[in-house]
Amino acid sequence: MSIQVKTSVFKKLLTFVPLILLFTSVMNEFDFNYLNFKYFSFNFPFILIYYWSLKRSESLGYGYIFIAGLFNDVTIGFPIGVSGLTYLLICGFAAYLRNITLRPNLINDWLFFLFTILFVTSINYFLLISIFSIEMNYYELMGNIFFTFIFYYIFGYLFDVYKRLVFKGNKNAG
Amino acid sequence: MATSRDDFVIAIRSAFLKKGNQQRFSLLVLIFFSIILIALSRFNLPAINYLKISLNEIIYRASFVVSIPEQQIQNASIELNKHFKLYEDLEVTKKKLKQLEFEKYNSNYLTGENKRLRKLIDEYIIQSDELVAKVLLDKNSPFLKSIIVNKGSKDNVKLGMAVLDDQYLIGKIVEVNYSTSRALLVSDLNSKIPVSVEPGNLLSILSGTGKRYGKIQYTEQDFDFQNSNIVYTSGSGGIFKSGIPIGKIIIESNNNIKVKFFSNLSQITFVKLISFEKEEIK
Repeated sequence: MSIQVKTSVFKKLLTFVPLILLFTSVMNEFDFNYLNFKYFSFNFPFILIYYWSLKRSESLGYGYIFIAGLFNDVTIGFPIGVSGLTYLLICGFAAYLRNITLRPNLINDWLFFLFTILFVTSINYFLLISIFSIEMNYYELMGNIFFTFIFYYIFGYLFDVYKRLVFKGNKNAG
Repeated sequence: MATSRDDFVIAIRSAFLKKGNQQRFSLLVLIFFSIILIALSRFNLPAINYLKISLNEIIYRASFVVSIPEQQIQNASIELNKHFKLYEDLEVTKKKLKQLEFEKYNSNYLTGENKRLRKLIDEYIIQSDELVAKVLLDKNSPFLKSIIVNKGSKDNVKLGMAVLDDQYLIGKIVEVNYSTSRALLVSDLNSKIPVSVEPGNLLSILSGTGKRYGKIQYTEQDFDFQNSNIVYTSGSGGIFKSGIPIGKIIIESNNNIKVKFFSNLSQITFVKLISFEKEEIK
């Protein structure tokens, strides 16, 4: 009986992993900057939000994503609301792709992800440069987009494996 | 044609207006809410400032805890690197020590002479209040180069205070909360500091590049930069006192001039926060 309860609590906990990862990543930024590779950085929250909004939107609620955006703004010193808007736009793009896709395919998702991050980063860049007069390095931003795009394929594959293992009995598993 | 447009509209409407099973708000509502927050941030409304200060207090502490595993990995990698370079570093340090011993005697004499001369011309000297703070977060992100320290308004931290690593300037305080503050590093693109390049007393502005070096801007005169010219704060603008060392000039093979910072901005654990006040010599 006790083992059964423990197993179900553990399973429940596993379903929260995407949300825990989201909040951990916005407060920590897994960007590996200390490796000091020129122009190397990537945006893990973009990958996480896009993937889970596309494949299993109930794993990360829009409200939580919005709050994660506020946390990210505070952590990296952006004006309040900027990251929230960026994250929600990613959700919008992912939801649109989900609505028009009959047969999901990682390559299609990947290419649409490139379009999505180019669009939302442009919005982000525009807001910071034009409205808040914050200077940003264009090349570093392009590097960030490029590596985020590349890493989506790897993380997409890993998340697929995780989703199959954890949500296999769930009919919403996508 | 009309059908495909209808499909597009339906897909968009469903994506932005439809609420999921356990979701209280639609995407569109939250997007509007974000836009309102951005607009309010733009106009610096007090309500937004209070929200920001409260969030700062909670999140900086939480981020510090969340960052511990990554910090440990980073520290281990740095320690390992140091270990491999130990012998090389020892040789360099020995040479530097000899040079410094010589310069110390010279400097003692010049300091005394400088004090005497300042008294003669009735100059002011500058006194400072000093606080030691621990770096809670090192957000060396590609967007903003800043650090969060564990001292805030309750410790009398004020906007514009100089942030020093040992004796070297590394930034200034740009945001003060109750128990934490954010310092913008000299390497940030938005950092502009009045400096003088010595020898030669060239007054200029040191600008961050977002990378590990800075650049000298707005030099009106033709100045003959030499490798290892030292960049100090000039004291113009009254933010910092003059003479705080920041970095040295490096001339690259393509005649590109860079300022290499004395401090390694990615490895700071404790900093000094200093404010400067002018005080007359008695």
